[in-house]
Amino acid sequence: MKSVEELKALREKALKELSIRDNENKTRIVVGMATCGIAAGAKPVMNAFVEEVAKRNIQDVTVTMTGCVGICRLEPIADVIDSNGEKTTYVKLTPEKARRIVAEHIVNKKPVIEYTIGAAEK
Amino acid sequence: MKDISLHLMDIVQNSISAGADKIILRIWVEPKQDTYQENSAKISYNLCCEIIDNGRGMEPEFAKKAADPFKTTRKTRNIGMGLPLLKLSAEMAGGELILESELNKGTRIKAFFDVDSIDRIPLGDVASTVKMLVMANPDITWNIWFSSSGEEFELDTDEIKKELEDIPLNNNAVLDWIEKTVNDGIRKVFGGVLDEVR
Repeated sequence: MKSVEELKALREKALKELSIRDNENKTRIVVGMATCGIAAGAKPVMNAFVEEVAKRNIQDVTVTMTGCVGICRLEPIADVIDSNGEKTTYVKLTPEKARRIVAEHIVNKKPVIEYTIGAAEK
Repeated sequence: MKDISLHLMDIVQNSISAGADKIILRIWVEPKQDTYQENSAKISYNLCCEIIDNGRGMEPEFAKKAADPFKTTRKTRNIGMGLPLLKLSAEMAGGELILESELNKGTRIKAFFDVDSIDRIPLGDVASTVKMLVMANPDITWNIWFSSSGEEFELDTDEIKKELEDIPLNNNAVLDWIEKTVNDGIRKVFGGVLDEVR
């Protein structure tokens, strides 16, 4: 395998950035990544979440994936689970919507009501 | 599914839910066996993808029917489209889906496509698939392997972990490095071999 040096350099860099932060109290973004989600475009949505979180250098958020939630017609779906356990379900996502959710919900702590499942099902 | 990277993302979810802690992802191009002759003017090639996991495997009866859309383990409803869709994509492009599974040992899924078939779906963004899979499942050992005539690429997350020591695999800089490395690998192995890779 190539570039052991590159990895060593990465480690040094990561160590410096790894401030004393714990993994508790993390906000989680969970993207539905089953057949229905992927076919509806969940992969670019998840990519947008990851890129936006990285671009803003937000440390206390993890982006992860889950299986089918059972409401395939509303995919791509993502849950934002705040550090206090409160869950917001966003539906019919696009990469643009994902970036807005990071900016408004994650950064400014204001859920984007119009993208939530509650608004979609009215 | 629009491309192979989406199929891989999808099928690997089966391996993850089967409790696998090692998943091997292989993509390669090989000459079709029936056309491979020394003096043949035109050799045609297959694009092959394989997912091998050490998950809990399937009962032989279930394995036989796994590519049937009405066969699924999910609880939400009685339809599972992952394998049937991959089978469809492969068969549309002159290929096949092959499934081998042994209970408590693991499962091997192989799909191949005629490289030059007009209906073959493109490779897609395999690097971002790998990146997301590692990010969401850093505890799984991922082995990625590409090959075409003369070129080979391998990435093993256990080796990366050894170098990184206390830094987790799902650190942003590490994930970006993995994505870039896989992308370089694809360009090296499939550049000039698959039309969509430049």
